[in-house]
Amino acid sequence: MEQKTKLHAEDGKQELTITREFDLPVDLLFKAYSEAELVEQWMGTKVLKLESKKHGSYQFETSQEGNVVFRANGVIHEFIINQKITRTFEMENTTFPVQLEYLEFEKLTETTSKLTMQLVFKSTEFRNQLLKMPFAQGINWAHNRLQEIISSLT
Amino acid sequence: MNLRRDVFQAIADPTRRSILLMLMTQSMTAGAIASNFDTARPTVSKHLQILTECELVRQKQQGREMYYHFNPDKMKEIADFIEPFRKMWDEKFNKLEAVMKNYKSK
Repeated sequence: MEQKTKLHAEDGKQELTITREFDLPVDLLFKAYSEAELVEQWMGTKVLKLESKKHGSYQFETSQEGNVVFRANGVIHEFIINQKITRTFEMENTTFPVQLEYLEFEKLTETTSKLTMQLVFKSTEFRNQLLKMPFAQGINWAHNRLQEIISSLT
Repeated sequence: MNLRRDVFQAIADPTRRSILLMLMTQSMTAGAIASNFDTARPTVSKHLQILTECELVRQKQQGREMYYHFNPDKMKEIADFIEPFRKMWDEKFNKLEAVMKNYKSK
């Protein structure tokens, strides 16, 4: 069976591409990325701020049992409705440098669409480090990673 | 195991990727591998050493010759590195699809 979500990470390149075809019209797919309330629902994170416009910024925060375990923010550089979002992504309190994200939304048919996410990292090493993180628990790894860093300091 | 060598580093080099591709179809001696490249024989030996250290290839004595074999298990490990990350996004996107289908029907 062909996988719906494809990941392409070329050797020696400091980027990776994720593509996915959705059983949704392109405007609904785009909405899922531009409206705070919807982002919260599918990303499973709290949206502290989301200014969906050129030069707007955003901040996400995930809590568990009352503790903030993950926080990320970025600036939106391009915002073209139903076509593309270009933004930076920074995980707060981690050693990962800011990454650049190019999101392209494509209409396939009236009821289907495709998303292409191109993530550009500061170096190949940071990309590989991110890929090798234990992602099984979703975004929780950031918390584990933080704990690792903290416990290595003490 | 040398921790400095990771599989990603090993496959980052085009010559090493070519070597792996050759070994996928047949086991070869260092000399036979080197004859496919314009680079000096010691350079090819160095590449083979790196591939061996990270276990992407294995050495096996056959008669008087040392043959290099491809190790598919290690190659699978590379795919496994990437799989959890892909899966994480796949799950998120499934959720997105479900959320938006529900939104549409509202």
